[in-house]
Amino acid sequence: MTSGKTPANSGFSRRFLLRQAVATGAGLGALSVGGPAGLPLIMPAFADDQPPIGTWPAGSQGDTVYIGAATPRTGPYAVQGEDELKGWQLAVEHINSGDPLLQKIAPKVSKGLLGKKVALLVADSGAKPNDAVQEQQTFINQNKIILMTGSTSSAVAVALNKFAQREKILYTTGISGSNDTTGKDCVRYGFRQNFYGETAANAIGPVLLKAFGKNRKAAWMTPDYTYGHTVTQSSSDYLIKNGGWTKVTDQVSPLGTQDFSQYLTNIANSGAEILLNVNWGRDAVLSIQQAKQFGILPKMKLVIPYQIPFLAKEVGPDLTEGVYAATDFWWTLEDKYPLAKAFVEAFYKKYNYRPEWGANNSYMSFAIWARMVSEAGTFYPPTVIKTYEKGETFPSTVGDVHFRPEDHQLVRPVIIVRGKAPKAMKNSEDYWEVTEVQPGAPLMQKPDAFGCNLGDYV
Amino acid sequence: MISWANFISQCFNGLVLGALLALISSGLTIIYGTLGVLNLAHGAMFMLGGYAGWLTFTYTDSFIAAVFAGSLFVMVVGVVMERVVIRYFYTRPHEDQLLVTFGLGIVFVETIRLFFGSLSKSVPPPAPLVGITPLGFMFYPTYRLALLGIVAAALLALYVVLYRTRIGMIVRAGVEDSVMVDSLGIDVYKVFMLVFGIGAMAAGFAGIVNAPVVSIAPDVGEGILVQTFVVVVIGGVGSFPGAVLGGLIAGEIISLTSMFNPGYAYVMLFVAMTLVLVVRPYGLLGTAGRE
Repeated sequence: MTSGKTPANSGFSRRFLLRQAVATGAGLGALSVGGPAGLPLIMPAFADDQPPIGTWPAGSQGDTVYIGAATPRTGPYAVQGEDELKGWQLAVEHINSGDPLLQKIAPKVSKGLLGKKVALLVADSGAKPNDAVQEQQTFINQNKIILMTGSTSSAVAVALNKFAQREKILYTTGISGSNDTTGKDCVRYGFRQNFYGETAANAIGPVLLKAFGKNRKAAWMTPDYTYGHTVTQSSSDYLIKNGGWTKVTDQVSPLGTQDFSQYLTNIANSGAEILLNVNWGRDAVLSIQQAKQFGILPKMKLVIPYQIPFLAKEVGPDLTEGVYAATDFWWTLEDKYPLAKAFVEAFYKKYNYRPEWGANNSYMSFAIWARMVSEAGTFYPPTVIKTYEKGETFPSTVGDVHFRPEDHQLVRPVIIVRGKAPKAMKNSEDYWEVTEVQPGAPLMQKPDAFGCNLGDYV
Repeated sequence: MISWANFISQCFNGLVLGALLALISSGLTIIYGTLGVLNLAHGAMFMLGGYAGWLTFTYTDSFIAAVFAGSLFVMVVGVVMERVVIRYFYTRPHEDQLLVTFGLGIVFVETIRLFFGSLSKSVPPPAPLVGITPLGFMFYPTYRLALLGIVAAALLALYVVLYRTRIGMIVRAGVEDSVMVDSLGIDVYKVFMLVFGIGAMAAGFAGIVNAPVVSIAPDVGEGILVQTFVVVVIGGVGSFPGAVLGGLIAGEIISLTSMFNPGYAYVMLFVAMTLVLVVRPYGLLGTAGRE
């Protein structure tokens, strides 16, 4: 930051600060240096109890408020990213129209949010953390977004968590399965709707022990980043501790691997009876198809500890028949929950296919955010955060849920599904049968068990 | 864990991967060697071959038809690309060539995504090649074994064209010194067009024959492109035998490292490339002065 030029008034805007910081050439790294140095210059100009913070109040002064979404539309998670995007788009449409479904979750929303239209800005992150952060930075600079979303890779979620905390802009994760997102990398400004490694493991663990028995030999396939490592850790901990299972091998592959022959050869020679595949997106599709080529499937039993949207559609129901998976949502829950039915119908009407859990997560994340903002009666981020932290119970597409104030994780059920045989499918999307809906609270670790420290409001 | 059977299996994996890399790289290296253009759309060519083949397969149910359609379609794309865009870039700086081919690659990938979405598409292997074959010490997917033969045959065909035909002689002469070839009265630009078509076809052929192993998606060529560049650098720019040797070395490095620690597979590949560059700056079978 250039020194010696003290602004005469508060015209020394945040945008100017950002531009200057970027102009120093050190990119994002410079922001953290530029920020604190610049802040004292502005802060004294505002003495009321809601001083400017992040993009507030500039971001909510017009007739439209903007949300920035960084979602993968290319790369290994493109299929899931596109589905997520549709969930956000539907939610934004419902917020702006005051749809009855959305009003069940957020009763105080009526045609827009606090009298403003909501608009969604979208960028392709390719599931790369650096790209996602740069895109959100652009949205902040150009559109003064008041909410960020998107991930579909916990590496992105963790990066955006930190960015959100630094920029003091709310962030709701997209799909993010790592324990770290609301664990050691949790932040005051970040919130997660969906299930994660630990709850997935504690939900599917007992089911696996019942189905396959104790003392089994299992192989893991793990994508090499925070999501993969924590899901493998949680699931293997459960099965080893409670079922006496042995982890005979853990094949760690980089995100975006296409040829899994080397890993599968190791698994074929490991003596495993059960294969827990933690790979995700296209990596999961390819590793499962290639496991079939190598004869590993159906010889070993396949388990998906963390469900992948569209998996059954991509690999075919022959390969997912009898496979257990832990998930966040499956459309047949419409038989159990009226809100799920309304959501599936609205989504189907707009997009002509039944939503996967990523789209449901997106929709719910925004609906919940709209609820919190409308309950708070302001876009002022600390007040919105405190409304989340009240931990009030509200309805969702999977029954009543609430946020845990200590780590900003939604307490919500985990759904266990089992792949249907092709001939048992009642329609072309009837791939999975819901076998259990497990209440969320008993599945969760203690709020501080994974080292969560939320940080400051301002 | 590191048993004899596992070691042999991994060697096989390396061989199959290496053969495939060799084929794709040979396309890239003859284009670069002859035309001096580094084709960053080469990965997209691989992808296009897969899609053209898959589309043909869905209509004809014939794998052979799919292979022909995939290869020929990409060859045509290559020729059109050379005539319409690339030839205007022969005299322009390398950076321009990189940018234009990179851009074309993006256009190809996103066009495919627009029409077919990002969902993976699979092409099953021909019926006799489905299943696994017992090799005594291990079981191996039958199609992967066949793929080794298919790719070897394609490399052989490429070798015959390059080393046993008049046109191949001109191409090889072009690699060494295209100005001299031109001044000998040979229409070097027609040769350039042909080389671009053949190079692209090699990638397209690889794209469709690999589809039964790795299902296709719009991004399928992206990862391959990086590995292919490494292969070309290891083998020596412009050298066809170098591409084959480099491909096999790269395949084995990736596979054998995976046996010990998969996390280091690609690190070791780049270490190998660095070592080659230190010891032989023009690659294992490359020669100084080629560009």
